[in-house]
Amino acid sequence: MLLHLALKAFAPGRLPFPLLHVDTTWKFREMIAFRDRLAADKNIELIVHINAEGVARGINPMTSGSALHTQVMKTEALKQALDRYAFDAAIGGARRDEEKSRSKERILSFRSQNHVWDPRRQRPEPWRLFNSRLGAGESVRAFPLSNWTELDVWEYVRTEGIDVVPLYFAKKRPVVRRNGVWIMRDDDRLPLRPGEEPQLRSVRFRTLGCYPLTGAIESEATSIDDVVAEMKSSSKSERQGRLIDSDTGASMELKKREGYF
Amino acid sequence: MRAAAIGTQLRFITCGSVDDGKSTLMGRLLWECSAIFDDQLEALRRDSRRHGTTGEELDFALLLDGLEAEREQGITIDVAYRYFATPQRSFVAIDCPGHEQYTRNMATGASEADLAVILVDARKGLLTQTMRHAVICALLGVGNVVLAVNKMDLAAYDVSVFERIRDGFGRFVDGLGFSNIQAIPVSALVGDNIGKRSTRMDWYEGPTLLDALETAGIDDAEETGPFRLPVQLVLRPNLDFRGIAGNVVSGRIRIGEEIVGARTGGRSLVAKILGTAGEQSVAKTGEAVVLTLAGEIDVSRGELMAIPQARPTYADQFTAHLVWMSEETCHPGRQYLMRLATQWVPATVGQIKYRLNIENLEHVAARELKLNEIGAVDVAAAAPVAFDTYAECRSTGSFILVDRLSNATVAMGMVLHSLRRATNVHWETALVDKKSRATLLKQTPKCIWFTGLSGSGKSTIAKELELQLHRRGCHTMILDGDNLRHGLNRNLGFTETDRVENIRRAGEVARLMTEAGLIVICSFISPYRADRELVRSMFMEGEFLEVFVDTPLEECIRRDPKGLYAKALKGEIPNFTGISAPYEKPDKPELWLQFGSLESDSSVPAQVQRVLDMLFR
Repeated sequence: MLLHLALKAFAPGRLPFPLLHVDTTWKFREMIAFRDRLAADKNIELIVHINAEGVARGINPMTSGSALHTQVMKTEALKQALDRYAFDAAIGGARRDEEKSRSKERILSFRSQNHVWDPRRQRPEPWRLFNSRLGAGESVRAFPLSNWTELDVWEYVRTEGIDVVPLYFAKKRPVVRRNGVWIMRDDDRLPLRPGEEPQLRSVRFRTLGCYPLTGAIESEATSIDDVVAEMKSSSKSERQGRLIDSDTGASMELKKREGYF
Repeated sequence: MRAAAIGTQLRFITCGSVDDGKSTLMGRLLWECSAIFDDQLEALRRDSRRHGTTGEELDFALLLDGLEAEREQGITIDVAYRYFATPQRSFVAIDCPGHEQYTRNMATGASEADLAVILVDARKGLLTQTMRHAVICALLGVGNVVLAVNKMDLAAYDVSVFERIRDGFGRFVDGLGFSNIQAIPVSALVGDNIGKRSTRMDWYEGPTLLDALETAGIDDAEETGPFRLPVQLVLRPNLDFRGIAGNVVSGRIRIGEEIVGARTGGRSLVAKILGTAGEQSVAKTGEAVVLTLAGEIDVSRGELMAIPQARPTYADQFTAHLVWMSEETCHPGRQYLMRLATQWVPATVGQIKYRLNIENLEHVAARELKLNEIGAVDVAAAAPVAFDTYAECRSTGSFILVDRLSNATVAMGMVLHSLRRATNVHWETALVDKKSRATLLKQTPKCIWFTGLSGSGKSTIAKELELQLHRRGCHTMILDGDNLRHGLNRNLGFTETDRVENIRRAGEVARLMTEAGLIVICSFISPYRADRELVRSMFMEGEFLEVFVDTPLEECIRRDPKGLYAKALKGEIPNFTGISAPYEKPDKPELWLQFGSLESDSSVPAQVQRVLDMLFR
């Protein structure tokens, strides 16, 4: 979706920047396949970064816990990648409707040399007049979709016929029930707890994080039309499946201060 | 105004003082529109128990106060955005903080809003904060206002409480230029007149808050304005293609129409319009397009594309309202980087014409602007920029100033008018100076400035004074407000802006005449202190003598030499000083001619004598 807009913005020119994927090694397989196919198809430059240090330490979402895993494999990894390639700007698809502290995020979100976000020192953005100037070592996270809602995104996907990861559509998938949500057993690395037996259920995802930390919803929506219809009648927010958001009350804000997208 | 249509989006800000219940109102509105999801409601229940102030009830305020610091302190410290929809239209709610120190956030929110919901606590009535919010909304051009008189449940649903607040607000904002004001009595906590009509206020027959939001018109001034496209990027993917990319911020353009670059003046015809879905025949306001042109013209990022029939101003100086947003105080003479549309250029804040007291709209003379202060200033850019006034087009009449060292955004600005000075006019130094000219005339040049109400006797005293000076062999000239308005200032009216310009020009002319060695006698109502201070600043120390002809309004009305008061009192003359426009008395005039005081004779000869005494003592 974001990529689609970026391609349009520069058409008929070529996308003037590479894509970066911070791979925690626990992403859904279908998502990885989709990523690689997309990059090949569109003749796009793709950079994949994995925090090798984290892998060496054996960090994983199960035994390390979701907080440490996210910190090391996502936040730290992102910082490493931005530093390594000396990117001064990173464009992300975060939206203000996702979560409370995101609702106060600017479209251009400035980070210090240490990638720290200070919500009290955000730059005002009157009239969409963006102040994009950076000091040495500073960087900016840009969120062009800030004012889109989840429903806006899907309606746009439908209008434009954008190709999306199949995980967004319902299909019978092997899942287990944990902490009130359905977790998909995407591969054998997800150890089963005593008495747990993966069951095949028709589920889909509204958001795609690390698979052991991303809850699926039971759904029969197999097409974009179905998804839009389902969303219009949904009474749950999109990030309800994200286990990392509810670690503590201000969980997302804390992660963002540390450098999370 | 465009009428409400199904599927349109309304962006509105909510503003109110600290405890007016703004977040509660928004939370209630979202809840009644079913825009709160179950898991968010669950989190709210959890937070309500921990931080809430409403006992077992849901504390809707906690839903919006997103940042941890705000939840703990119970204040909203930043702008938050919420999205919801009804079958009628979709909404972006911009939640603005109420504290004075966050004027900047409020101004930011107002800059992109179609409507403002201003909250008032029924028990407290109108506060200075309420006035600040109304003034900021007006300055930023938000035309639609909903005055939500909240906590009616705690005011016994009393109609007189509501009416007093409504009428007081109406009086205050009269003249601020709002196109529509709707007052609604509500209780956000209980849910009266938010989404559902209250059964406890039968006396109120107007719309609920949600009705008002669903039916509010949206300002479409920009859609009907002249075509403007600030160039973001020139696309050159290959030798055969050259396209100008940007958003249309005003008006529309069709294939085959002529466009012009405001900076270079280069003209060409639009050959193709590429929109987000391929080729199209017309580009409208709000669309992101790539234009290809029939002929090559010099275009780069920062250029402002327009139509030849209605080109923007291209100049290096203008007067603007500034909202100062930095803890570092603004001092005239400091240089910043200015972003206006897609142009970046160094710019200096010149003279501060006045600071606006946004509680009573008075113009206050100021030498600096502090955090959250608003003032009118002259801005001088290092190179000419293309712009419109803010009233003509928000996107090309607005700008930000950025600190060159910290890169912080320190101010947001709205262009009032250009100072159409030619780019290449330099000051020419003469071989004969003021002192030599004055020596030859055997006198000391002065500017005697009479200020006071119409009919106070300024002109009479001025004329008599000139006669007396002439008899003594002085070389004089008299400048009179009415006379200047017949020639030099005939293009000016009586609005505040025009009055400022009127006085500025009079001051400049008087200054040139003192350069010539003359004693210049000026009589101008000059009602604003800041303007008189501006004129004073054009002269050397001791050269400018302010004489306050202090005749009471009743006496001026009684005299009414030109019959103007009679007309003004009937409402036939708008902006008439003393009747429908303010007069700011001088703080320390060089001479104060008080009418009817016991010590002094108010006759013309006696008053002229006092001026002469001042001149020749």
